[in-house]
Amino acid sequence: MRGAPRPGAWLVWGTVAFFLIFLAGVVGSVVVNSFAVNWFDTWLPGGWTTRWYGASWADFDLPSVLAVTFQVAVLVVAVSLLAGVPAAYALARRDFPGKRALTLLFLLPIMIPPVTYGIPLATVLYKFHLAGTMTGVVLANLVPSIPFVILVMTPFIEQIDPKVEAAARMCGATTRAVLTRILAPLLVPGMLAAGILVLVRTVGMFELTFLTAGPDSETLVVALYYSVSAAGIRAQQQVDAMAVVYTMSMLVLLVVALRFVNPTQLVTQIKETPGD
Amino acid sequence: MSLPAASGRISELRLEGVSRSYGARRALDGLDMTIKGGEFVALLGPSGCGKSTALNCVAGLLPLTEGRILLDGTRIDTLPPEKRGFGMVFQNYALFPHMSVRANVAFGLRMRRTPAAERRERVAEALRLVQLGEYADRLPGRLSGGQQQRVAIARAIVLEPPLVLMDEPLSNLDAALRLEMRTEIRRIHQTLGLTTIYVTHDQEEALSLADRLVVLRDGVLQQAGTPEEVYTEPANRFVAAFMGYRNAFELPVVGGDSRTVRLAADGLALTGVRRGELPGTAVACVRPEDLTVTETVTETVTETVAGTGTVAGTVAGAGGGVAGANTLSGTVEVVEYHGRESAAQVRTDGGHPLSVKTPARLAPGERVTLSVPPERVLVFAP
Amino acid sequence: MTPGAPAGPAPVAMRHRLAERGVDRMLLLLLPAAVFITALFLYPFLYGLQLSFQPQGGGVFENYARFFGDAYLRDTIATTLWLGVPAALLNVAVSVPLAYRMRGRFRGRRLLTTVLVVPITLGTVLTAEGLLTFLGPTGWFNRVVVGLGLADEPVRLTHNYWGVLFSLIITGFPFAFLLTLSYLRGIDPTLESAAATLGAGWWQRFRHITFPLLVPGLAITFCLSFVLAFSVFPSAILVGEPSGETRVISIAAYHAAFEQYDYSMGSAIAMIMGVVELVVIGLVLGWRATLYRGSSGGRG
Repeated sequence: MRGAPRPGAWLVWGTVAFFLIFLAGVVGSVVVNSFAVNWFDTWLPGGWTTRWYGASWADFDLPSVLAVTFQVAVLVVAVSLLAGVPAAYALARRDFPGKRALTLLFLLPIMIPPVTYGIPLATVLYKFHLAGTMTGVVLANLVPSIPFVILVMTPFIEQIDPKVEAAARMCGATTRAVLTRILAPLLVPGMLAAGILVLVRTVGMFELTFLTAGPDSETLVVALYYSVSAAGIRAQQQVDAMAVVYTMSMLVLLVVALRFVNPTQLVTQIKETPGD
Repeated sequence: MSLPAASGRISELRLEGVSRSYGARRALDGLDMTIKGGEFVALLGPSGCGKSTALNCVAGLLPLTEGRILLDGTRIDTLPPEKRGFGMVFQNYALFPHMSVRANVAFGLRMRRTPAAERRERVAEALRLVQLGEYADRLPGRLSGGQQQRVAIARAIVLEPPLVLMDEPLSNLDAALRLEMRTEIRRIHQTLGLTTIYVTHDQEEALSLADRLVVLRDGVLQQAGTPEEVYTEPANRFVAAFMGYRNAFELPVVGGDSRTVRLAADGLALTGVRRGELPGTAVACVRPEDLTVTETVTETVTETVAGTGTVAGTVAGAGGGVAGANTLSGTVEVVEYHGRESAAQVRTDGGHPLSVKTPARLAPGERVTLSVPPERVLVFAP
Repeated sequence: MTPGAPAGPAPVAMRHRLAERGVDRMLLLLLPAAVFITALFLYPFLYGLQLSFQPQGGGVFENYARFFGDAYLRDTIATTLWLGVPAALLNVAVSVPLAYRMRGRFRGRRLLTTVLVVPITLGTVLTAEGLLTFLGPTGWFNRVVVGLGLADEPVRLTHNYWGVLFSLIITGFPFAFLLTLSYLRGIDPTLESAAATLGAGWWQRFRHITFPLLVPGLAITFCLSFVLAFSVFPSAILVGEPSGETRVISIAAYHAAFEQYDYSMGSAIAMIMGVVELVVIGLVLGWRATLYRGSSGGRG
């Protein structure tokens, strides 16, 4: 690993550099275009302007879309934590008949593509007149979020020594005191990480929201999709301005998230120990 | 919930037929035991013998399958752990990782709503007792293993509970710390006189700490008594093996009287003290340190070990009252140097492996003659 | 319960026997999550399943017969697999050497992993929009390609197979890389040191020690990458050619359910999609079950 770089090292770093340049090009194109007066067959646009932001702000009704996005995300985080953390606790602490089947049930929504269960789910929501409402969007987004919270929290709870709870009982703590004074403080870091990860995933979740949202319950990503697929009606720059708004909100979330969780945790539940 | 002993002193804790099963497996089978106030009792046995199960049953962390636990005549086995008011020290300390040392020790008092001033004073005193006063504001994660164990002890004793339960508290510490903490636990028990149940698999720890030993095996009580009783008069071959009788020979009984018994087969003959009724075959148990090397032969030269052999022989002859010393001969296979003594593996001529502890200097391949006085050989039913 | 007030022996024994098997009141904690998943996932799934057998016309299996009888529909399976499998394989295959080289500590590791997280959070829609501009005929990428003389005219990379594949790689690669990295860091590094003391060179160490311990993790990484790539939907529409080359199965399902309002057919296609995906995952996991999956030391 250390020492003079071998050809392999150049290849590796070259691949990374290529990927990063590609990524910067993709994001940069959108950002540059959103500020362009017009941009045709040239390296950079012919002139700069910010008017597309004002236009998309008004045309796409961004304030209300952002408000819906925020409400949906917060509700999904709250409900999935409330349902997922107790379940993760029971799964971490108990062996019982049927545990494997239940674990499989909790894993399936993560292993099956959202479109597969999203279409029947949307059909059911239409049946109960919930499709197109914010309730419907929140309910649909709970399907992958609750299992995700369980997946993140179960190993987190497993590494809390159950003897600590026994010790608290031996000190005379009632169930309530064990919960509020011992478990809650120990669970907060894990719940914070799980909550932020669910928030990021919910804001970025396209398929389920797309299938269940109505005109008043669109989140930012769905509004963006409609504006992209309806391109031609509106100026491309205006669409890109909206995309930048989306990118910025995701990046803000990401920066906040990374204060509490490790980058690898965004994709796995494995928590890296510091200073190894 | 007023316990008679909430104030701290009890006169007795009684276990009556306490049993605990996991499915079909009986981890604890009808344990009867009485612990008097102020006593230090060690529950001793190999891992899986049910000693921790017994402790957790007393603590209330495990429900009983059968039996009763009475504290000064009041039944407590139906109470949840937090209502029993006992103190407990766990093997892996189980300190609250998010609380300072002071908050850890104060937790139990806080749960009992002890006034703040009194709480501060008692916590300070407990920390002083375990010599951790200056670490009061640290988090447990920043303490060494020994210090963490002291915090755990302080947390258990600050309540002056009627009963302190200790679950292998020293097994996570290194050898030197273990000795130091052993003295510490003894000192704290002498200072406060708290009734204590101490679970361990280490016979040396149990012998040195406890007023009384309770030996368990497969969930069944084997023997209870003072350390000296258990050490010198083990009740059966299992307790004997646990108390250092590492050599065991299962041989047919060929003779003997009411006190002694003679076993022999394949050129191996042993006379020992009869312990209980014996069927046709019996087991003779010998401690490695009770075997003396009387003669070593290197190649063809025969040499009598000066001193040790004769002295031991004399002691055997004088102290005995039973027939002369047993002699065994064999070949040295492995020698470990232990400083003042050596531990050797000897293969007897009959093919039995034999552990020997001796100050004599042995070398692998040497032929040795060993002797053991009959009163140092205990013969049990198999 | 007060001491000396004995509860009835029968209920106590029953409760005790259940508690011994791990069944006690704590299991009530599972209830909310189980209710949500049953009502929002299991029930709709089963509802969709039975709906798929109630076609708008014809026999019970009419939807399935139509799907497999109509080449335009049937071929969506191959189209989807032809996008999803190469994307997932490529993402995993490229991740291994990169992660192997970056598993140690080096300056900027955290920064690099952070940058790699960006595409995951950007999601498919924004990536698609960016790709349209960047890879388009007048985008920066083609300007460089033409400028360097690598091609005479702009390469066509959007509104076809390649655009969708690029989109799947951009969103999927960081995911596969970070997952591989965390599996790799779960392997005790002293195992490689031990192999080195036995005379193994770096390739032999990787080939005989690290790689075999990593393979079960790679199988999982492949499965999760595949799920991600298989459900390709917005990018197939936006950067692909949704009526031809990249008409993936999710487009067909959406089209049936929400454009033709044939929920029954839509559900049937969704069920076929789920089955195809689970078959691929089942094959990979079945193969994984034949490997060593025990402890690999270190953290994990």
